[in-house]
Amino acid sequence: MIEFQDVHKSFGPKRVLRGVNLTVPKGESMVIIGGSGTGKSVALKCVLGLIHPDAGTILVDGKDATQGDRDAFLARFGMLFQGGALFDSLTVWQNVAFRLLRGSLKRPKAEAREIAIEKLRRVGLTPDVADLFPSELSGGMQKRVGLARAIAAEPEIIFFDEPTTGLDPIMSGVINDLIREIVVEMGATAMTITHDMTSVRAIADKVAMLHDGVIQWTGPVGEMDNSGDPYLTQFISGSAEGPIEAVR
Amino acid sequence: MILTAPLAALGRQTMAFMALIGRVAIFAFQGLTHIFRPPFYGREFLVALLNIGWLSLPVVGLTAFFTGGALALQIYDGGARFSAEAVVPQIVAIGMVRELGPVLVGLMIAARVTSSIAAEIATMKVTEQIDALTTLSTHPMKYLTAPRLLAALIVVPLLVGIGDIIGIFGGFIVGIQQLGFNPATYIVNTVNFLQFTDILSSLVKGMVFGGIAATMGCYFGMNSGRGAQGVGAATKGSVQAAAVLILAANFMLTSLFFAS
Ligand SMILES: Nc1ncnc2c1ncn2[C@@H]1O[C@H](COP(=O)(O)OP(=O)(O)OP(=O)(O)O)[C@@H](O)[C@H]1O
Ligand SMILES: [Mg+2]
Repeated sequence: MIEFQDVHKSFGPKRVLRGVNLTVPKGESMVIIGGSGTGKSVALKCVLGLIHPDAGTILVDGKDATQGDRDAFLARFGMLFQGGALFDSLTVWQNVAFRLLRGSLKRPKAEAREIAIEKLRRVGLTPDVADLFPSELSGGMQKRVGLARAIAAEPEIIFFDEPTTGLDPIMSGVINDLIREIVVEMGATAMTITHDMTSVRAIADKVAMLHDGVIQWTGPVGEMDNSGDPYLTQFISGSAEGPIEAVR
Repeated sequence: MILTAPLAALGRQTMAFMALIGRVAIFAFQGLTHIFRPPFYGREFLVALLNIGWLSLPVVGLTAFFTGGALALQIYDGGARFSAEAVVPQIVAIGMVRELGPVLVGLMIAARVTSSIAAEIATMKVTEQIDALTTLSTHPMKYLTAPRLLAALIVVPLLVGIGDIIGIFGGFIVGIQQLGFNPATYIVNTVNFLQFTDILSSLVKGMVFGGIAATMGCYFGMNSGRGAQGVGAATKGSVQAAAVLILAANFMLTSLFFAS
């Protein structure tokens, strides 16, 4: 379970998070939506300790995320970065198996490679990309390699930052199914950021909308369409008219 | 106001530079401690050895060779003014080993290695690869800084040693080809004249300069700003700082070894 308690974060004069309160129950899939630049990525990075909140606390299973053994804490997480963040000095399979090649989860090289290729297959990539370098792949392929890396060590908690951005509709469908599967079969807790409403409906148990630095609305995905919240309604319909300004 | 403005700017720069040295010192210390705490990333270390050491050999060799040659010509010409042409082998040896070898190699490493480390790490930072490392339970200081720092500490003294020898050889070639020295006498004079302290100081300087070069590259890379501009600024800053620090450290080490 992940709990945001009144989390604040500013960059200089820019107030990005202004008191985020949100609970993600264990084994559920939470999707975060919200306009571009509202701080969705920042919120995920706060949980991982990559960005330190100015105020407020984030609890993971009731314990403060910033306290205690960092290695043990991070070993439970997988993260797909918005830009992929693949290591360009390593080949695709070495990226996917990064965690399996070193540290506490280390295994023999051949086995790590096998797992990497299996994960690549799950994100719709053939084994022949395994020995390429990230720079030799298309943007969408890089994204999927990033996804494979995030799930390679079968973490309990997985963050996906825009997993389907830049993918064709069929591949988006494959990735949506995969994320759903990971939550249902592996019992993982997932937080996904997406702008794609099809993905939201395919992936989410619950939805939270971030707007103006706070969670504007949160609830089960089924209640999303009849929320009565003008912000959420405008966001779902993609209308330029409404309380959310088009120029931000 | 107008008259004091340059002074004020100089003061600000000096203060900023001192603050930078403080932060870098802490950073360097952390980098050093990570060398001795497991895990140790062997592959990264070997790649760093290759990049810093082996691939720097051509540029180090050429720089040292030409400098040694020019040094021989200058000393011959200068020495002739008081009929001391014969000291060429000794002065070339001392000049190369004590000063020019370490300083030139240090500056070449700052140009070649510091810049590439800074640009690489800054790009990793900008593209969130450093964040990704952290989330994959890998400490960026341990994975990126420690192997490069250790490699530089080991291999730059070796480069300096090689640079010293090639520089002396450059002087030797000019000496026998152009200045009419007897090869055997030249070598004997060089070898007999050099003392253990000369060589030791050369290698110690190499180690310190290597440490400075690697640390500055890593420090500026890790603290890079955002975007391509951030990478550019980090690279420029790292080379500038490394060069200035290397020359300052050279002065201090020379005073330490030879001024007493
Ligand atoms: N390291 C940083 N330094 C300064 N500002 C930052 C930093 N990271 C994020 N920001 C700012 O915080 C704001 C929120 O960024 P964030 O990346 O979380 O947006 P987002 O909601 O993920 O948007 P998108 O949907 O476009 O990815 C942006 O205005 C961004 O400029
Ligand atoms: Mg984002």
